[in-house]
Amino acid sequence: MTGMSQMAPEHGTEPATPTAPAPSGAPPSRTRPARGSSRRRPNLLAGAGAFLWLLVVGVPLYTLLVATLQRSENYMASNPLVPPAEPTLDNYVTAIESGLLGFVWNTLLVTVAVVALVVALTTTTAFAIVRARTRWTTGVFRVFLIGLAIPLQAVVVPVYLIIVELGLYDSLMAIVLPTAAFALPVCVLILTGSMRDISDELYEAMALDGAGSVRTFVQLVLPMSRPGISTVGVYAAIQAWNGFLFPLVLTQSEENRLITLGLYEFQGQFRVDIPGLLAAVVLSAVPILIVYLIARRSLVAGLMGVGGK
Amino acid sequence: MSVTATRRTPPESSGSRVGRPGAVWTLPALLFFGVFAVLPMGLVGYLSLTAWDGLGSPSFVGARNWERLLGDPVMHQAMGLSVALTTLSWLVQTPISLLLGVWASGPQRNRAILSAIFFVPLLLSTAAIAILWRALLQPDFGPLGRLGAFPDLLGGSTTAFLVIVFVTAWQFIPLHTLLYQGGARQIPVSLYQAAEIDGASRFGAFWHITLPQLRNTITTSSVLMVVGTLTYFETVLILTGGGPGTATTIVPYLMYESGFEGWEMGYASAVACTLVVVATAVSLAMVRFTGFGAMRSTREGM
Repeated sequence: MTGMSQMAPEHGTEPATPTAPAPSGAPPSRTRPARGSSRRRPNLLAGAGAFLWLLVVGVPLYTLLVATLQRSENYMASNPLVPPAEPTLDNYVTAIESGLLGFVWNTLLVTVAVVALVVALTTTTAFAIVRARTRWTTGVFRVFLIGLAIPLQAVVVPVYLIIVELGLYDSLMAIVLPTAAFALPVCVLILTGSMRDISDELYEAMALDGAGSVRTFVQLVLPMSRPGISTVGVYAAIQAWNGFLFPLVLTQSEENRLITLGLYEFQGQFRVDIPGLLAAVVLSAVPILIVYLIARRSLVAGLMGVGGK
Repeated sequence: MSVTATRRTPPESSGSRVGRPGAVWTLPALLFFGVFAVLPMGLVGYLSLTAWDGLGSPSFVGARNWERLLGDPVMHQAMGLSVALTTLSWLVQTPISLLLGVWASGPQRNRAILSAIFFVPLLLSTAAIAILWRALLQPDFGPLGRLGAFPDLLGGSTTAFLVIVFVTAWQFIPLHTLLYQGGARQIPVSLYQAAEIDGASRFGAFWHITLPQLRNTITTSSVLMVVGTLTYFETVLILTGGGPGTATTIVPYLMYESGFEGWEMGYASAVACTLVVVATAVSLAMVRFTGFGAMRSTREGM
């Protein structure tokens, strides 16, 4: 779902490492020793299954890295599972020289704009949904819930029409606006969840202090929902970074090309140079990997919350 | 937006309402979502009644696109393929992610490390994953092809379809594993301890405690999966281009192909309408069955 539709797809994640402070406060997750350990004998069957899956996930990724380090002239003769005798970064250089950095820059601009829009729109809305609790805000919440399942694919033709009518076709803004809109439902869901954890006493203290809604929002709600906001930020960033359909149909020129579309174009150009193509694939994932390493915990906590209801 | 909001919330209003935001706080997001998501849902219905090549203005042609849709053998095939893809994907992804998720929810260090590797595919874009697999499966230049004779999996109708199932599973199982991991972490330990006292086997505990306790997670994950398969379009576009022939032309791909390659936007909209109907039905079911609509904290019970 790339609304949510976008959601199901690609968001980074990773299990909360029990040794790291658990995302939702250490005590709860500590209370759950696995069924396996309680019996004090290792679950061999499960271990074997997990190892099998490790191969399914790990071998292709390993082959990917090995191939990108291989000299093009050696590539055809080499064993894909054996690391190259003389590793080289030439393929990465080739990929960068094909204009990859320009695409990365465009994608960065789009991502920053999408994150800013999404955070501004969803914090305000989630605050109203959680605190106002009127029929109107409940209705708004339902609209976003229904919106969770609107797939981009279903509405891309009218979105194209709207973008053309707005005179935005083939601009970065054309990608920013619908990408942000389709990230909203999941983000509203995540943020309302995290804002509900703010206790009533804190709101009452603010009210006693004579704080209006704006001050309550700025001084209480925003600081208290920082984990939720970072989850939303990372989610929106991944959506923007990995988006494909909107760039594909809403832009045309090379100067507005985003990284995913750039990869798609490379696939045609690099037909025979598989190491070069794969190096571009790896490079395209580096920025998101960095974001993930920084914000892993909040992202995992947010997504687990969605599934754990 | 905040300016209006201040005005609407006089500081000295009725006690507990102080500091509560007015409805205006929801307007920016609602307007934005309305223009780019809700309005298009309506527009797609209107556009399905027009002829439009993407350049001029749409002109009304009545039910012509719909008549064509009903009689189009490619559409019939696409619907069958979409249903098959959804079913098969569910059958492949649910058991694997459930087992992996429950396994990964254990506290052991090695499980945490392995899970970190399992989640790497989630960080790659659909485009990157599809390109990676297409390169890996390339019969002449791909790493597997160089090892010896390798069948052209993307060249056969059935094998190409199965490759789509596999590649999308490879991509999305990590997400669902994470959902199940979160769900399994919330099962009270006391249930397992009680089962152990009763002498339940490990399998018994899984079957009688873990599975029933995960039913909400199973619903949520299944809904996400079903809606998710609607979006496998990108994988199809990059891996097979709908082919060989039309063997992997699922409904969203047919929409893209007729709209943005054939420039028959009216017909593409009619195809898209079927997606809107399916998606709406699924999302209504989701609100009804998963408890997303319940106004409560995500942390409750954790």
